[in-house]
Amino acid sequence: MIRIPCPFCGTRDHSEFAYGGDGAIIYPDLDAPMQDWHDAVFQRENICGRQVETWQHVNGCRMWLLVERDTMTHEIYSVRPAHPDMAQALEVTA
Amino acid sequence: MSATRLNTGGRIDRSQPLSFTWDGRSYRGFAGDTLASALMANGEVVLGRSFKYHRPRGIMSAGVEESGAIVTLGTGNRAEPNTKATIAELYDGLVASGQNAWPNVRNDVGASLGLFGRFFSAGFYYKTFMGLPPFEWGRGTGLWMQYEKIIRKAAGMGEASRQADPDCYDHVHAFCDVLVVGSGPAGMSAALQAAQQGKDVILVEQDFDLGGDLLNRSDPKSNAIRAELIAALTAAGVRIMTRTTAFGLYDYGTAGLLERVTDHLAVKPDHAPRQRFWTVRAAATILATGALERTVAFENNDRPGVMTANATRSYLNRYGVLPGQNIVLSTNNDSAYDTAGELARAGAKVSLVDLREAIGADLSEQMNAAGVTVQTGLAPLKALGGKAVTGVQLARLQGDTWVAVETLPCDLLLVSAGWSPVVNLLSHRGGKPIWDQDLSCFLPAPCAENVTMAGAAAGHWSTEHCTASGIAAANLAMGQKVGAIAPGGWNTPIKPLYEVRLSGQKTKSFVDPQHDVTSSDIRLAHQEGFVSVEHLKRYTTLGMATDQGKMGNIIGLALMAEALGKDIPAVGTTRFRPPYTPVAIGALAGRNTGSHFKTLRRTPLHDWNLRHGATMTDAGLWHRPWYFARRGESLSEAYIREATTVRESLGICDVSSLGKIAVQGPDASEFLNRIYSNAFAKLAVGKARYGIMLRDDGMVMDDGTTWRLSQNDFLLTTTTTGAGKVMVWLEELLQLRWPELRVHVSSVSDQWAGVSVAGPKTRAAIAACLEDPEAISAENLPFMGVMESRLRGGIKCLIARISFSGELAYEIYVPADLGEAMMDQLWAASEPLGGCLYGLEALGTLRIEKGHVTGAELDGRVTIDDAGLGKMASTKKPFIGSALRQRPELEREDRPQLVGIFPKDHSDSFNGGALLCKPDEISGFGEGWITAVTHSPALGHWIGIGYISGGHDAWQGKSVTATDPVRKGDVMVEIVSPHMFDPKGERMHG
Repeated sequence: MIRIPCPFCGTRDHSEFAYGGDGAIIYPDLDAPMQDWHDAVFQRENICGRQVETWQHVNGCRMWLLVERDTMTHEIYSVRPAHPDMAQALEVTA
Repeated sequence: MSATRLNTGGRIDRSQPLSFTWDGRSYRGFAGDTLASALMANGEVVLGRSFKYHRPRGIMSAGVEESGAIVTLGTGNRAEPNTKATIAELYDGLVASGQNAWPNVRNDVGASLGLFGRFFSAGFYYKTFMGLPPFEWGRGTGLWMQYEKIIRKAAGMGEASRQADPDCYDHVHAFCDVLVVGSGPAGMSAALQAAQQGKDVILVEQDFDLGGDLLNRSDPKSNAIRAELIAALTAAGVRIMTRTTAFGLYDYGTAGLLERVTDHLAVKPDHAPRQRFWTVRAAATILATGALERTVAFENNDRPGVMTANATRSYLNRYGVLPGQNIVLSTNNDSAYDTAGELARAGAKVSLVDLREAIGADLSEQMNAAGVTVQTGLAPLKALGGKAVTGVQLARLQGDTWVAVETLPCDLLLVSAGWSPVVNLLSHRGGKPIWDQDLSCFLPAPCAENVTMAGAAAGHWSTEHCTASGIAAANLAMGQKVGAIAPGGWNTPIKPLYEVRLSGQKTKSFVDPQHDVTSSDIRLAHQEGFVSVEHLKRYTTLGMATDQGKMGNIIGLALMAEALGKDIPAVGTTRFRPPYTPVAIGALAGRNTGSHFKTLRRTPLHDWNLRHGATMTDAGLWHRPWYFARRGESLSEAYIREATTVRESLGICDVSSLGKIAVQGPDASEFLNRIYSNAFAKLAVGKARYGIMLRDDGMVMDDGTTWRLSQNDFLLTTTTTGAGKVMVWLEELLQLRWPELRVHVSSVSDQWAGVSVAGPKTRAAIAACLEDPEAISAENLPFMGVMESRLRGGIKCLIARISFSGELAYEIYVPADLGEAMMDQLWAASEPLGGCLYGLEALGTLRIEKGHVTGAELDGRVTIDDAGLGKMASTKKPFIGSALRQRPELEREDRPQLVGIFPKDHSDSFNGGALLCKPDEISGFGEGWITAVTHSPALGHWIGIGYISGGHDAWQGKSVTATDPVRKGDVMVEIVSPHMFDPKGERMHG
């Protein structure tokens, strides 16, 4: 059972969250060439170790989060809101 | 073995006799007994039959590692097979029976298999019967499938009940600062130390009593230590859970516990669950799980009457049973001496043989005083006797080889070959144990997580050391610095011993008695080239029985190491996996069974529908009206009448389950324009538009209508099943990809009750319900128009003129609580016009006639072109999926495309799921498939929709066979346009 410290709700079981995907992917503009979209959608690294992932606290605050997690040990290094304004707002209030 | 119940002593309550049944006969025991101790006290010796050879087996231990006394508890729908009698708490009326034997465990016909035992080595059945020569040379394993059924019957354990489990189970969640597993001196000391420093502590004990090995002692000092610790724990507020097994340790300090609530009760209270499945999240975990005594591989070491030494201490001091009169105790370490002394003082004749040549003077004196005869340099070579041990032949080590020496008669042969710390839970966390040469056992390695081992589980053999290590573990778990305590605690070192056999002799020496794995099997595996311990395990099934190798793993590893010419650390060990002891499936399921297996969702109109004759059906998680039968109509009669009525007058259908998402904000229009494949930027206020959204990869994700209620306020509807998925998707886009868009989305699915009212007389019916009947005139509300209005009584409603059925149709939404009021009004207005209520079946008929797609067609593998809606996709703007939908493979002309299907003979019918094939080529995946079928009242015959390679154009006028081999067989069909009824859509524009 992974426990994820949600910046909005506190630490919760991973069963409250839904895994999104590789958080390092930068999706191209909608009118970008097919090859760019192909690479973004289908080319994935299968990382053993630290990777940034997107998770949604779907049974909680419903915020999308960027979770830095070790895929081998499940250790979580950092969690921040995916929405940059939200992340900034939390920093200011902290 | 001639066990007797003692008149005094032990922790049983002789004033509380209990009666129980074993294999159909009645016996007496006492409160505080286990099934094993009570059977032993009654002189029962053979309690089980082995897995493969049907050898007689008796009690081998006093705990969870038991591999002999494996029985079935209970009967009928409460029969629980493969239970260890050594941990089954006795209660009045307990019923137990032997298993894997016929007619019974004492006289088992299957034992004749043992005569051929030398043939049944590891892999015997597979080697012999798979691809059986010469009949199956090069022809696969067809015969094996037949043999296997017979072979499986001969081998095995108990039989599970095939009836439904009548008991209920609960799931419980808990949190604590420190979780302590095990209540021996180490565990209790650790729990006390943590609790006294203000920590919230849970102490878990699998036994029904606290104390661990202290329960097996009779000396006043041990009793005093136990009593003091229990009193102090209670005073310190430790949450104590007995009859609770920590079966697994998971990430982030999560532990799985199984609490047996009523298993031990003669009368099970109605309100209590049988077991509770706990998920505990602990900041720190201390494992004081003790150690298990090892045995030795020697010939017939599984005879009833061969036991581990410390187990007898438990039977003697805890249960008041003297397990034998004439006892031989074989050891290689100091731990068995106390047991030997206590057995002698209890009246048995005890001979102790120690493998070691020299033992400490204190031990010699202790044995002398107790009247135990001691011989050194000896080990057991062979147990004598058939269904019970009658003696033991001993052997002496000369150089590297064993030499048979004298034979001692005995009725109980005890073996102590050292102790294995229970590192299982740490192993669940991936911690590899480290072999300790001096102590001849695996010790836990330090763990990166806050998990600490204490007591015998960390290799501390004395009560004093265990107590000290418990306190140290608690301090360490709380982040304090502690000095290391060296493991061990014996004066004379242990002399490792794993197997005794004469050179070159082949014997039945059991390593894993539960799975009948012998030392010869281990060597055979090595001969056949298995060098990895993981392969060894899978080939021989060593350690794969219900005890996960608690008794035999170390011997198996040692024998493999010897065969490989390596030492034990070089061979390594297999990883233990949860559960530590078996967990009932019922406990895993908890209350999520039957109708609680999945969430049940009901619309706000549920009760209204039921009152008006609805028969409900499952649609995903939803209960939706299937049809509204009148006067004994069948399903078919009802849906055909309903669909006909909609086309002729009107019908009302509950569509509240559709997903509804409020999309609001200054950029809402831009947002919708990006997510939908068709143009949305210019959707006017007061208008609805049907939209299809694609995934990034260009496949269709979902469809629905979106209503523009005002400049910045849209109501987006989704399919029933797509509601959750689409909401997550929109949130992802807004938070991750386009954070600059000023848009807010909120799910309002549950806030609205919705109906579709469809049919030529619809306008009149709705007008009768509106405060302003003119509001829905064709001029005020044209096709695809949306408006806010009021039903009579001032009920605010949203009305959209959209059609799924192909008729003049409206969707009306009111706040969920007012759903019934809306239905009352609509139904009162519709019934006089000849209207009806209709359900999902008629809804399906109407949409199939029109060729409108739903989830059956939009299954995630379909492009917008495949679904025949490619013309909707905008070419003037980019949108999600617009790039990848143009992949060459997705633009092939021969991709499956949506078509309508008629039977050639209009009196024929076919099934959804049938494959569409060329008539002369009925094979493989065919050319397409049928997604949905119905009897069409409008056309007067069965119709279907589906996909076929190349679509309507490619198959027009050609013969096609709908093949359905396991149901309907082959039906000749013709491929038509999916728009089978009113293709120009004149009716819905009326």
